[in-house]
Amino acid sequence: MSLDAKIPAGPIDKKWTNHKNNIKLVNPANKRSIDIIVVGTGLAGGSAAASLAEMGYNVKAFCFQDSPRRAHSIAAQGGINAAKNYQNDGDSTYRLFYDTVKGGDYRSREANVYRLAEVSASIIDQCVAQGVPFAREYGGMLDNRSFGGVQVSRTFYAKGQTGQQLLLGAYSAMSRQIGKGKITMYNRHEMMDLVKVDGKARGIIARNLITGEIERHSAHAVVIASGGYGNVFFLSTNAMGSNTSAAWKVHKKGAYFANPCYTQIHPTCIPVSGDHQSKLTLMSESLRNDGRIWVPKKKEDAEAIRAGKLKPTQLAEEDRDYYLERRYPAFGNLVPRDVASRAAKERCDAGFGVNATGEAVYLDFASAIQRYGKEQALVHGHDSNDKALVTKLGKEVIKSKYGNLFQMYEKIVDQNPYETPMMIYPAVHYTMGGIWVDYNLMTTIPGCYAAGEANFSDHGANRLGASALMQGLADGYFVLPYTIGDYLADDIRTGEISTDLPEFEAAEKEVKDRLAFFINNKGTKSVDYFHKRLGKVMWNKVGMARNAKGLSEAIVEIREIRDEFWKDVRVPGELNEFNQELEKASRLADFLELGELFAMDALQRNESCGGHFREESVETSGEQEGEAKRDDANFAFVAAWEYTGNIAESKMHKEELKFENIELKQRSYK
Amino acid sequence: MNLTLKIWRQKNKQDKGRMETYPVSNISGDMSFLEMLDVLNEQLINDGKEPVAFDHDCREGICGMCSLFINGEAHGPGREITTCQLHMRSFKDGDTIHIEPWRAAAFPVVKDLVTDRSALDRIMNAGGFVSVNTSGNTIDANTIPVPKADADKAFDAATCIGCGACVATCKNASAMLFTSAKVSQLALLPQGKVEAHDRVLNMVHQMDLEGFGNCTNTGACEVECPKGISLENIARMNREYLSASVTGE
Repeated sequence: MSLDAKIPAGPIDKKWTNHKNNIKLVNPANKRSIDIIVVGTGLAGGSAAASLAEMGYNVKAFCFQDSPRRAHSIAAQGGINAAKNYQNDGDSTYRLFYDTVKGGDYRSREANVYRLAEVSASIIDQCVAQGVPFAREYGGMLDNRSFGGVQVSRTFYAKGQTGQQLLLGAYSAMSRQIGKGKITMYNRHEMMDLVKVDGKARGIIARNLITGEIERHSAHAVVIASGGYGNVFFLSTNAMGSNTSAAWKVHKKGAYFANPCYTQIHPTCIPVSGDHQSKLTLMSESLRNDGRIWVPKKKEDAEAIRAGKLKPTQLAEEDRDYYLERRYPAFGNLVPRDVASRAAKERCDAGFGVNATGEAVYLDFASAIQRYGKEQALVHGHDSNDKALVTKLGKEVIKSKYGNLFQMYEKIVDQNPYETPMMIYPAVHYTMGGIWVDYNLMTTIPGCYAAGEANFSDHGANRLGASALMQGLADGYFVLPYTIGDYLADDIRTGEISTDLPEFEAAEKEVKDRLAFFINNKGTKSVDYFHKRLGKVMWNKVGMARNAKGLSEAIVEIREIRDEFWKDVRVPGELNEFNQELEKASRLADFLELGELFAMDALQRNESCGGHFREESVETSGEQEGEAKRDDANFAFVAAWEYTGNIAESKMHKEELKFENIELKQRSYK
Repeated sequence: MNLTLKIWRQKNKQDKGRMETYPVSNISGDMSFLEMLDVLNEQLINDGKEPVAFDHDCREGICGMCSLFINGEAHGPGREITTCQLHMRSFKDGDTIHIEPWRAAAFPVVKDLVTDRSALDRIMNAGGFVSVNTSGNTIDANTIPVPKADADKAFDAATCIGCGACVATCKNASAMLFTSAKVSQLALLPQGKVEAHDRVLNMVHQMDLEGFGNCTNTGACEVECPKGISLENIARMNREYLSASVTGE
């Protein structure tokens, strides 16, 4: 099958409008006889389910949590980008488009990114109309802040809980449709497989997680909005239940999987404290607006700090190395995430780390507290030289901006970040790779769509901060509702799809057999034992810095772990009951396959781009010495993998990326 | 540290359930409470026993999935935290810890420590929204200025994570704090005012249908709420309800 991205003709700023004008429509009466399944209820799935139901389609929505409101979009902290230019600082649709393509290190599809920038402003309007309480200024207008990789303030926020507020907005819209019976909500249900009839996506097999019952659900189209696969690393900022199973099952049924190696390692997370750790916690990128990142200049100071003999607050200004400000004066602490993460790793590897394991750097708010405190003292007519008062006022400002994040930090680390700098270290956070989709967000399976983090489309090799929320909502509110109609217009005479078809029966049997295998296996090791092993291989050899030798080893090791898992995993309990170990086993089986493809993709991409850093591909001279080196001549393509029955023999297809509106050049943040 | 855990075990909704005792050892103070339960479960699996079922997901205090009544308190000792944000440094060596599910008629037990909280979703379905369809043509977000004080109050109410700690804590198993948080958020914003009357009537009606108790102003819900949702919201909901009842048709 050849890859056709179906990008509309015409100038980039007219593509979406023209496309919408020429797309096929389904009339309201016919929408009532069409069913759509949406898997996942985060920002993409939730907004898609609500919008499609409002339009009149019958929506069946699935989530594994006990309520759609708990999808992991809820944990997004910092904000959502939109090209509103409320700050009059030169922002525009073009600039958001440009920043996103550049931030993604020129590995995303221009037309998709432009559309994303184009609809971004409508997202804010829509959310405000729904009652999302964004932060406001005293005049009653919406407030903005700045995020990494850009030089404007275009990020809308609700303290450090923006994802929560946006998701609750989408959940509210869903609730309204659930109340009307237009959405049938299946909580605590997991998609176990996709069902194809005559080559088209026509339904799913799902497991009721409470009763263990295996259910058949049919529809005229299936939307996969099940998020990313960061948990292949075991430790990540993803929720414990976040998994790749829906996406992976679709891949195995014929959807190409694009750029699996593009992973975002977020620079500001709370460092690992020990082997018991089950997940990592993000400290929002918004903190880099006010926090300054540093390590000691002298190794002996770093050693003294690690030994607990020296406190960071005792270190004089001239003994600190604000390495991001030093290396990247133009963007300073607000360089993109991939750049900030590698810079932290470089300092820690060189021996300047500041916690017991040597894998942490400081994020310091002392100067921001003074700056804000002085401003507040002046505004309120107090003495701006009164140090105690200035510090107190400054802390209040910081608290109003980041209060919940500081509280989270204090609970986990048991240190007060208002008094002593935070310790942070990079952690797996987001996956830019995902199911390949065309301009209409359709996968290579007709009738099967992918939205949000589950698809690969908009972020290239690195996602900018506050763009995940934007993409999820753009896909669900403003893209899918149009593009899905173009496909469904041909289905108005199809009628209800029967779940008695042999395709459903076969898919159900396969699912039942696999689950029964786990229960009957009676091995000796728990699911987590294998997951942790997989995670270690991924982090050490397919993590922040990758090389051909490590990747080749990782591929072999992952296969070994997978073989052992199938032979020796122990899943207690029964099939027909609430069984959390069975859920985990089923998800890990998919991660163990994805991990191999992930490493294969990283091995094939012999260049450094965005979050994918190959040690073999580095600038060796000039101003950019030591920075990642992209290879546009050989790698300006999307790697879309086709499943052939055996991961090792997956076939790579190339979608060449054409840059007609932005000149390809080295990303410089210096 | 070494601890003794007394945990509620219940196979399913029909089962009667009972407390069982489990020792755990080598627990570090840096572990979260849920990571301590991970250790117990790993131990149970290795011993060929059934692990304890408990709800959890984000493990950073925002999804509202984790619950647990620990030593008689929702989300355990400590204020403004969820169970996943409770760390074992809050306990000491030799402690006995009692762990139970949320107890409320409207939250039937699914298994062990897992309960069914879908009643809260149904309250939301009854009116926890602004009736606005998705449209690329809504008015510009800055057309209606919202006073910062109102926006901030609405935000504070909107931070509810729907965990159900208020219900589990309340001696009447009332869901007033939960319901009032959504009613308040939307009543405080111009976008939500239009339907404020219908919203409060419908949501309160659904709350009663679900079998939640009434509010007797004990205030325990506010104390145990992981997000510090204020009792003022209940007062605001009562005002809204009264005004809707008097002026409504």
